[in-house]
Amino acid sequence: MQDDRPTPEQMLARLQTEGDDASAVKRRGKLKIFFGYAAGVGKTYAMLQEAQRLKAEGHDVVVGYVEPHGRAETEALLDGLERVPLRQVNHRGATLNEFNLDAALTRRPEIVLVDELAHTNAPQSVHSKRWQDVEELLQAGINVYSTCNVQHVESLNDVVAKISGVVVRETVPDDVFRRADELSIVDIAPDELLARLREGKVYVPAQAARALERFFRHENLFALRELALRRVTERVHVDVETARHGRGANDVWPTGETLLVCVEPSPSSASVIRAAKRLANAIQAELVAVHIENASTQKLSSESRNRLLNHLRLAERLGAETVTLAGDDLVEETLALARRKNVTKIVIGKSEATHRWFFQRLSITDRLIQDSGEIDIYVIRGKADGDSVESDSSAAHFATPFNAARSFEWVGTLGILGLATGLASLLDWLNTSEANIVMAFLLGVVCVALKYRRWHAVVASVGAVLLFDIFFTTPYYKVVVDDAQYLVTFVVMMFVGLIVTALTSRLRETLWQTQRNTRQTEALYQLGRKLSGINGQQFLASEAERAISELFQVQAIVLLPEDGMLRPVLHRGASFAANPSELAVARWAFVHEKIAGRGTETLTASQATYLPLLSPAGAMGVLAVQAEDVGPLFIPESRRVLEAYASQLALALERDRLAIEGQAATSSIEREQLRSTLLASVSHDLRTPLAVISGASSSILHANSKLDTATQRELLETIHEESDRLSRLVENLLRLTQLSSGRVEIIKEWFPVEELLGSALGRLEHSLGSRGVKVELVPSMLMAQCDSVLMEQVLINLLENACRYSPVGTAIEIRGHQQGKRTILEIADHGPGILKGDEERVFEKFQRGEQSIADSRGVGLGLAICKAVMDVHGGRITVSNAEAGGAVFRLELAADEMPPTTDENTENEHIGGIQS
Amino acid sequence: MTDNLAERRLIAVIEDEAPIRKFLRASLGAEGYRVAEADTVQSGLRMITQEPPDLIVLDLGLPDGDGRALIVEIRGWSTVPIIVVSAHDQEREKIAALDAGADDYLTKPFGVGELLARLRVAIRHHNNTTGLESLSQTYRHGPVRIELGSRRVFLDQDDVRLTKKEFDLLALLARNAGRVMTHRHLLKEIWGPQSTHESHYLRVFVANLRKKLEAEPARPKLIITEQGVGYRLAESEV
Repeated sequence: MQDDRPTPEQMLARLQTEGDDASAVKRRGKLKIFFGYAAGVGKTYAMLQEAQRLKAEGHDVVVGYVEPHGRAETEALLDGLERVPLRQVNHRGATLNEFNLDAALTRRPEIVLVDELAHTNAPQSVHSKRWQDVEELLQAGINVYSTCNVQHVESLNDVVAKISGVVVRETVPDDVFRRADELSIVDIAPDELLARLREGKVYVPAQAARALERFFRHENLFALRELALRRVTERVHVDVETARHGRGANDVWPTGETLLVCVEPSPSSASVIRAAKRLANAIQAELVAVHIENASTQKLSSESRNRLLNHLRLAERLGAETVTLAGDDLVEETLALARRKNVTKIVIGKSEATHRWFFQRLSITDRLIQDSGEIDIYVIRGKADGDSVESDSSAAHFATPFNAARSFEWVGTLGILGLATGLASLLDWLNTSEANIVMAFLLGVVCVALKYRRWHAVVASVGAVLLFDIFFTTPYYKVVVDDAQYLVTFVVMMFVGLIVTALTSRLRETLWQTQRNTRQTEALYQLGRKLSGINGQQFLASEAERAISELFQVQAIVLLPEDGMLRPVLHRGASFAANPSELAVARWAFVHEKIAGRGTETLTASQATYLPLLSPAGAMGVLAVQAEDVGPLFIPESRRVLEAYASQLALALERDRLAIEGQAATSSIEREQLRSTLLASVSHDLRTPLAVISGASSSILHANSKLDTATQRELLETIHEESDRLSRLVENLLRLTQLSSGRVEIIKEWFPVEELLGSALGRLEHSLGSRGVKVELVPSMLMAQCDSVLMEQVLINLLENACRYSPVGTAIEIRGHQQGKRTILEIADHGPGILKGDEERVFEKFQRGEQSIADSRGVGLGLAICKAVMDVHGGRITVSNAEAGGAVFRLELAADEMPPTTDENTENEHIGGIQS
Repeated sequence: MTDNLAERRLIAVIEDEAPIRKFLRASLGAEGYRVAEADTVQSGLRMITQEPPDLIVLDLGLPDGDGRALIVEIRGWSTVPIIVVSAHDQEREKIAALDAGADDYLTKPFGVGELLARLRVAIRHHNNTTGLESLSQTYRHGPVRIELGSRRVFLDQDDVRLTKKEFDLLALLARNAGRVMTHRHLLKEIWGPQSTHESHYLRVFVANLRKKLEAEPARPKLIITEQGVGYRLAESEV
């Protein structure tokens, strides 16, 4: 039982697969490809027939793009089908009709027909390839019908080229085929196809006529047909397998085996990669492409480097996972990776096994075979087919014109050899033994090896032997020796020189590697350290921008989402960041979580390159990088570092966001606590008046006849009073909720204090009863700048408080005066006053004064609301005890201007008679 | 007079809370009014068009729509008095409803006395404007007597000296006694359409009027403040 338990890795893999499945099944549209072996087999016709059938069945079928090639039968089938308007692109004076992706996405049909999957879009299009358009449609949940020929399949590209002698440049990645939900073969016999060609039923563009003539040869067609049928058979096999395993069609392939292919800069590597892909397809294995970097790859010519990059991209297009590792020992690193990835087979090209060291006896292939253990090694004879590899004009141009420096190095080498010869002559003149002369030359060789490159040292070794032979052995000045003994000396000297060369050279490479790694690690560490100490998006973005600009000599701009729009955090005026079409590219990278823009496969026409900032929580934003030449950014090691920077920044941004969310969570917990305290406190205050109302009304209902009119009236009045109290309580609660949520909008205007008091007193008529209220305002037309509704509530609460905490029958005094721009109001009662030390506490939420007289009803909210209202007014509320006893509440309202003049005599035209 | 006014008049109540409808039905019925009820804007509109009522009581917080839009619609073809009912913290809604053409408002919770007073005033003013009853030229409240024709104001027997604008303001309030007048409306009528934002003028004038006419200006009985909305002159006692 124990043995059957899945390993954690397996479980993780299964989880991921299931996760992919669930979401993919929900959203992704289905792709059906009508697959043929050559043009003219009737793919488009078959597709349209199917579309007509589906339309008749009531499906929402729309033509996205169909190329009828002027064939009447095909055009007839287009009748009655809705067409998405085409996009017209002006390219070098010619108008090209392109599939309109945006229109199709907006139309959102159930099924859209998009002919010619391998088509390359006109420049300035969103995607450079049509299959990328299709991919986006699928992602949007739209089903797509498309057509493709066998020669457009990426992994078959070189085989087709070999069969037909025609190199096809428009290819579709194997992954697109793998993920297609249905592959429908459209097949006719080659003879029939040729017949159709002769009858002119197959459209042949004039300029391609000759090439196609070669293409449409009988034997070619047979071979292509076989290739196509085999491909479909493979696919059927996979379908059967997946059906057997009860898995969804979009599932990843059974991951029993993993195949690893070594990617090299040599031209033959491309065909090795394709062969590996075909092998992987055949055995249903995943493919990993690896490139090991070391000092020598750094020294590659720009041409080789471009080739290497193209090979890595080819591997990516073929659906392989590409890995670039840094390491001195190619074999060791490859095998280590193979073990990490559970690789079962390694594919390596035969011709690339160049000897790196002069004396290294085993080739890389041999060493791989020797050390691979359980892993199978497939050695494939690669064929140079640089032709079929697209050369990418935007890829790196590494001109390293160090010619001057190089020739200087050679001069140096000669100089050192000269010095060694001089030293040898001196030793010879001193008549020391020949061994010492040899030592002098060896010293020279070591110096050259230390100072310059390997080839200098090799030349120095040979030169030293020659110099020794010419100047210090008999016969002098001739490249011959009489004594055979010297031959041994020469050979030993030569070998010692070369070993020293190799050793120093390796040392130097390791050193270079270490330095580079240290530099990158250091830079990354520095960035990480700095970012971890920074809070706030702006600061994070600015630090990352600075670090990236410095290291890569580019202009880096961080774009973050803001109200659903991506915007540069800083440098909003930067030329490219202000351009809406550039922002659209950034948006694409953000939404699709893929790199886009210049130097990539998507939206290449843009000015900058956009890297999504990916954190475990998804894309946090986009890093835009702009430089004169973006090539250097796409060297594997640079790109790796750039991506590391991007992910550092993404993590820092996520940390920042989590911190903010954490704060919000904390404050929401506090709010929650406040709310529950509020509820607990308020429920008591609610219950009391409710109990009175319910009790009084029930006694009227049940004992109606037994109660005299006076008692009845008394009870009814109680009900009315308690309802009033309840109503004010609800008002207070509402106000407090508004105030504490910060949603209160205050409208400050000038009000006569008398009027504010008037309406407050008017609403408290009942509670005040016969209590006297003395109002003393100086001047009598005292004004206050405030929100009348809120201030009325403050006054009501203070007056109610005064009523509650002072004996019935005692007066309440209200005094007010002006102090510059401030209006001061005091409300004094004749109660016991406030306890020492309680002056602040009474304004806290849910506090009630300790010495409430008998009647403890009322809300602990009143004074808290007063404080909150005064706070939003920018005013103050304080409480103290009057000398004569009783509490005095003091309100201070600050205005931003002097009160308006209230001179009542501005208008002298009186009417009426006697002055009162 | 109350009986006269109430006699067989139809009151349309548009309110979604059944208990409030019940209370309105009972108290209005007891006063001799006929009551028609609806609980949504749609059914309310249907009800009004089927049998035009003499007054509409409209809750502003109906579930299926904006009460204000309904007022605007009704005002498109009818001058029937409308009294809106709203919660206390909705000053803006009240003002908006009044601006849209509502005649008065009631704040929940309200008492029957208050309701009947509003109804009475609204119906009377409606009749006045439609010319059924001639306007009373004298206003009386406690010791205050306002003679609109001769533009004189008396406190007990004493003539009160008012400025022209003070009198205009008081007269405007007196002609609409018992009804709420918004700040905007008063400013526009007395100071002209461009002065509607300088509401502190109005407040100062009202304060001055109170000083001249009220026994206790800080506890006014004559000119009542409707906080955040406007002013209301107490109903004439004649």
